[in-house]
Amino acid sequence: MANLASVSAEVPKKYLWSGGVSPLKASYGKLMMWFFLLSDAFTFSGLLITYGLLRFAHPAYEGKAADFVSSHDYWPIPERVFDAVPFLHGVSLPLVFVAAMTFILILSSVTMVLAVEAGERMDRKNVIKWLLWTIVGGSTFLACQAWEWAHFIHGTDQGILLSDGSRFFGANLVINEYGPPLFASLFFFITGFHGFHVLSGVFLLFIAFYQATTGVYERRGHYEMVEKIGLYWHFVDLVWVFVFTFFYLI
Amino acid sequence: MASTATLHGADVHEHEHKDNFITKYVFTTDHKTIAKQFLITGIFWAIIGGLMSLIFRLQLGFPDMQLDWLRPFLGKWITDAGKLDPEFYLALVTMHGTIMVFFVLTAGLSGTFANFLIPLQIGARDMASGFMNMLSYWFFFVSSVIMFVSLFIETGPASGGWVVYPPLSALPQAVSGSGLGMTLWLVSMTFFIASTLLGGINYIATVINLRTRGMSFSKLPLTIWALFLTAVIGLLSFPVLFAAALLLVFDRSFGTSFYLSEIYIAGEALPNIGGSPVLYQHLFWFLGHPEVYIVLLPALGITSEIIATQSRKPIFGYKAMIISMLGIAVLSFVVWAHHMFVSGLNPFLGSVFMLLTLVIAVPSAVKVFNYLTTLWKGNIIFTPAMLFSIGLVSFFISGGLTGIFLGNAAIDIQLHDTYFVVAHFHLVMGSASFFGLMAGVYHWFPKMFGRMMDEKLGYIHFWLTFVGVYLVFFPMHYIGIAGFPRRYYSFTSFDAFNIFADLNTFVSIAAIATFGAQLIFLFNFFYSMYRGRLAPANPWNSNTLEWTTPRNPGHGNWEGEIPTVYRWPYDYSKPGAREDFIPQHIPYSATPESNLPHENEKIEEEKEIEKLPVDDQH
Repeated sequence: MANLASVSAEVPKKYLWSGGVSPLKASYGKLMMWFFLLSDAFTFSGLLITYGLLRFAHPAYEGKAADFVSSHDYWPIPERVFDAVPFLHGVSLPLVFVAAMTFILILSSVTMVLAVEAGERMDRKNVIKWLLWTIVGGSTFLACQAWEWAHFIHGTDQGILLSDGSRFFGANLVINEYGPPLFASLFFFITGFHGFHVLSGVFLLFIAFYQATTGVYERRGHYEMVEKIGLYWHFVDLVWVFVFTFFYLI
Repeated sequence: MASTATLHGADVHEHEHKDNFITKYVFTTDHKTIAKQFLITGIFWAIIGGLMSLIFRLQLGFPDMQLDWLRPFLGKWITDAGKLDPEFYLALVTMHGTIMVFFVLTAGLSGTFANFLIPLQIGARDMASGFMNMLSYWFFFVSSVIMFVSLFIETGPASGGWVVYPPLSALPQAVSGSGLGMTLWLVSMTFFIASTLLGGINYIATVINLRTRGMSFSKLPLTIWALFLTAVIGLLSFPVLFAAALLLVFDRSFGTSFYLSEIYIAGEALPNIGGSPVLYQHLFWFLGHPEVYIVLLPALGITSEIIATQSRKPIFGYKAMIISMLGIAVLSFVVWAHHMFVSGLNPFLGSVFMLLTLVIAVPSAVKVFNYLTTLWKGNIIFTPAMLFSIGLVSFFISGGLTGIFLGNAAIDIQLHDTYFVVAHFHLVMGSASFFGLMAGVYHWFPKMFGRMMDEKLGYIHFWLTFVGVYLVFFPMHYIGIAGFPRRYYSFTSFDAFNIFADLNTFVSIAAIATFGAQLIFLFNFFYSMYRGRLAPANPWNSNTLEWTTPRNPGHGNWEGEIPTVYRWPYDYSKPGAREDFIPQHIPYSATPESNLPHENEKIEEEKEIEKLPVDDQH
């Protein structure tokens, strides 16, 4: 039980699946992470298919993007909804902010790779450094998402004209100024579900950072925990690419 | 993994001494105890679920009966007129379905036998992660407690059917069970899904990584193949139910309209627009149909094992069995819409799903023929476990045939949601899997508790149950063809249905008798646990590894080194052999009298296999 990471000794290829060894050259812990991610991928697929089905059950906006006016009757075009950037009030910069967010998250995947690689070399100092950078990247992403949500919730200056003559600003789960109610519901639900994954990831990374700093992994003789969290982190990044494509590009 | 096998024996003893009551029986990481926990909890739920069915059978079979005597148990759910409350009737069918499908036949069957058999039959000290395994049981326990509590709340448990279709399940105004009861149902199922995933991930990792040396996939007992594929199916389908349930939670509690659109209740329009209730059906049945095989495959695996052992013959078509199970596993994911033929599904799509559905008959038939050909000319030993296995094959045939009717999109229009469907799935999935569960308990009881169950009581239990199940479900085919819709509280207001009232009475009496027969099992089970005859090490002269452990295996299963595996698990009645079985750990070099030419060639390989590491993680 002591050393879970060591994968069994080399055996002839013919006997790789004959028992006694880990045939996929991965410890059971890593296998478990892979299979968890596989099942999580199905959860996200379920949600994204839901998005697709409901999205195409609504009429699309037909006209030119420049003339777009939000209405409850058709699905909005994302580049006209997500065009705000902090401190630049009133300036329309379509998808600039979310592109920056995405870039930061992908960068954090790069630093994660560097942390795993340092772990393989048993280079404690660099593991700590790169884990810290990954935590910074993940937290920045979450902070950006918090701002994006806050802006989405508070809304624009125009708002939308309701049938009773009043104006509604921003968005909640029931009504929003950008389009049909489900536009905001799905946005909150799916980006929220993804954000929760990122938050859990940052939490896990923090534990790994703490344990690496206090030398737990060094005493254990391997940095496999960093590797497993790394798998999770890359998965969460990959899912974001899909979420990003569905919500912001299509 | 520097620790060697010799160190290991000492390790096990240390563990034994440190165990106190809590770590040994409650928060244990020993897969065998966890299996028993799943089994006992499953039995508890089976009793509750069974009693519920008796209550609604009373209503269906004896619509004029005064039920005042049930008031001490059901309280206000018995109306002042002495009748069963109609909304509680709906709650009863809902909870009966939920409990039987998820808590008894998923957790009780898969949870018990995957935990018990995987490490013992592949030759491992324990599951890959004992802690996660323990967590899996306790998530199931929490889920059980929440579901149990929901039975007692004032508004009653969930009552939208076990499929909990919105909008019925989404709107508390629709039926009282869609209030707090439905919330608890969703919370409970969330814990249940977490439990299934924790368990499933563990089973898969264990089968891949912890097989003892020599135990290649081509030497795995069919039980392990079945439990392995079950875990894979669960891993890929339950998360989709999780997504569906989360969206339903938002619709119910946070005002979204994912599944809701343009609904009027009591003449008043609800604000929800844009959602789609059919979306829920797609997401639900993407789990729901694979779930059928999650329930059935372990039972089929157990049956393969028992039929081969007690026919004293090799299983017929070992590879065909594996390929057909793989086929079933793959197909189970592409047939879900056959539950939705009447939901407004595009008829072309319907015919695609119909084709894929009917294709499942092929691997299913392969399995049935293999069971029959294994039995053919065998030296059959009719143990209770064997009888239950043969009973399973019988139900699998009679229930499977009606599946071909129902899978047909055109015929389904007539039969959809009638008692024909109820008869179909209670035979092919419910009773067949239940018989698999029973067969497994009778067969592995000696290994679980070190004692034998009483055979005579087993025979009585089998015959009463087997005949009883047919008496309950066979007449339902007629009732269904006659057009009786399922889940209806009463048929007395329809003149056309009067002619079948006596058949319903008959079914109800048969159901009560069949339930009564289960009490024999309960007595046998608990009595034998303490007073049963002491079991020999290998009571069935079986080939698989679990029978090489001590009578009461400790935590770690084998006292010395884990045996090495040299042959497949079905060397029964091999010509020339000294006995009619050769266990998996006997090398070919030790059996020159019975080796076939190609097996003599394997003797060379045995030395190579012995060079493989003994991976002694426990």
